Amino acid sequence: MGAPARRRFISVLAGLAAAPLWPGRAARAQDDPFAPLLRKITGGATVNPGRVTVDTPRLADNGHSVPLKVSVVSPMTAADHVRSITLLSGRNPRPLIATFHLGPKAGRPEVATRVRLNGSQRVLAVAQLSDGSYWSGSAEVEVTESACLDAS
Amino acid sequence: MVARVQIPQQAKRGEVIEVRIAIQHPMETGFRFDLLGRAIPKNVINNLSVRYNGAEVFRAELGSGIAANPYVQFCTVAEASGEFVFEWMDDAGQRGAERASITISG
Amino acid sequence: MLASSANAAEPQKPAPLKSGVEFTSEDVRKLQADDFANPGMLWVARGAKLWGEPAGSSGKSCAACHGDAAKSMRGVATRYPRVDPGAAKLVNLEGRINLCRERNQQAEPLKLESDELLALTAYVAYPSRGMPVAVAVDPQNRKNFERGRDLYFRRSGQMNMACTHCHDRNWGRQLLGDTISQGHGNGYPTYRLEWQTTGSLQRRIRACFFGLRAEMPPYGAQDLLDLELYLGWRASGLPIETPGVRR
Repeated sequence: MGAPARRRFISVLAGLAAAPLWPGRAARAQDDPFAPLLRKITGGATVNPGRVTVDTPRLADNGHSVPLKVSVVSPMTAADHVRSITLLSGRNPRPLIATFHLGPKAGRPEVATRVRLNGSQRVLAVAQLSDGSYWSGSAEVEVTESACLDAS
Repeated sequence: MVARVQIPQQAKRGEVIEVRIAIQHPMETGFRFDLLGRAIPKNVINNLSVRYNGAEVFRAELGSGIAANPYVQFCTVAEASGEFVFEWMDDAGQRGAERASITISG
Repeated sequence: MLASSANAAEPQKPAPLKSGVEFTSEDVRKLQADDFANPGMLWVARGAKLWGEPAGSSGKSCAACHGDAAKSMRGVATRYPRVDPGAAKLVNLEGRINLCRERNQQAEPLKLESDELLALTAYVAYPSRGMPVAVAVDPQNRKNFERGRDLYFRRSGQMNMACTHCHDRNWGRQLLGDTISQGHGNGYPTYRLEWQTTGSLQRRIRACFFGLRAEMPPYGAQDLLDLELYLGWRASGLPIETPGVRR
């Protein structure tokens, strides 16, 4: 192989080395089913994973009613508190489950409710803090069908 | 609409108290069909607001992803004796309200 | 008449006797025990309102005769179904409430499985919470009992199974994701997550027929009443849990 061909060959190899064979984290985020809805909710602001805990059973008794509690790490002072908590579903026909508006008078940054889950999925909770930042936590829930059909 | 609310009857000033509400409502998703194959129209309680002595301490926008006979629990700081007023409305425009009183010491 | 008078030649009951709630998850047990979060309590609350409202041409409410249900209705639910002497037929608690409406309030009977009847039934049963089921089998309802017992052991539906196949032979085992219970009705009316509402024992029995791909008897059918009696006898001693919570 002549010198120019060798240089071309080496530059092609270098190009291949630079391009990853499988997608890195940035590309995986684009596959994140929550990403488009999160962009709408946060106006494009980053959502930081952390500070938010989603407490829900690992195996739901019935997808019609699953107990779920969200808590956020926050001092809940006038200067530093949780403004809102939004619940998103990874699989429901309507992914936006609910938004809860708190504020400094809430005392404890916690909300509990019962949700409908349309099959096994990840549930995401996004908290907006008073400084405008967004934090998230999630939980995986297995949801099975009832053993016997019921048209009673 | 049948609803029940729960707050402590008494609390100390500054104490964080738990507030709970349960409302009888089908939270109809709009995805179900009756036995004749007709779609049952969507009708969910879409918003809930709670005022404590006139000031809003909690508000929620709810959707069909909230289970039937919705249950919500949140916290608030006990301030002065007075009244909690819970108000909600569903997609069909039906409104509901409940009140509860609290006595604050200290 | 003791509930055990039927024992001599009767089929075996499950041993140990366990309420349906023991075959549910911790979440469901907690929900049933939480008097506020238990969704069935919304029906008890509605029943409390109906109890105080005048009904029929009498203009009388239930409270006008029965006063405070917490006292006057205590223990009542443990004895149903039973034969009503005036009507000379077997009635469950729902049926007895409707008889009372017709006789003493001159009111129309409430539609079976209607929200109002479920609410009143749950409210009337609630004061018996914790008390043991004490359904009597006596000469008056003996035939009903035997019919109910025979139905319990009769195969039906495309699946060609009888109640006993799940609830005697296989309680405690898994049916897909569900743990099979012993099939007692001590928690009814109950809030069933699958229904997203409160329902009666008759609804639950109908659901089982549907599960077997059998024709469901209509509400109020004699078959359902007789089965309720047999199930009541079978559940003797278990605590009333109304309003229960089940999957």
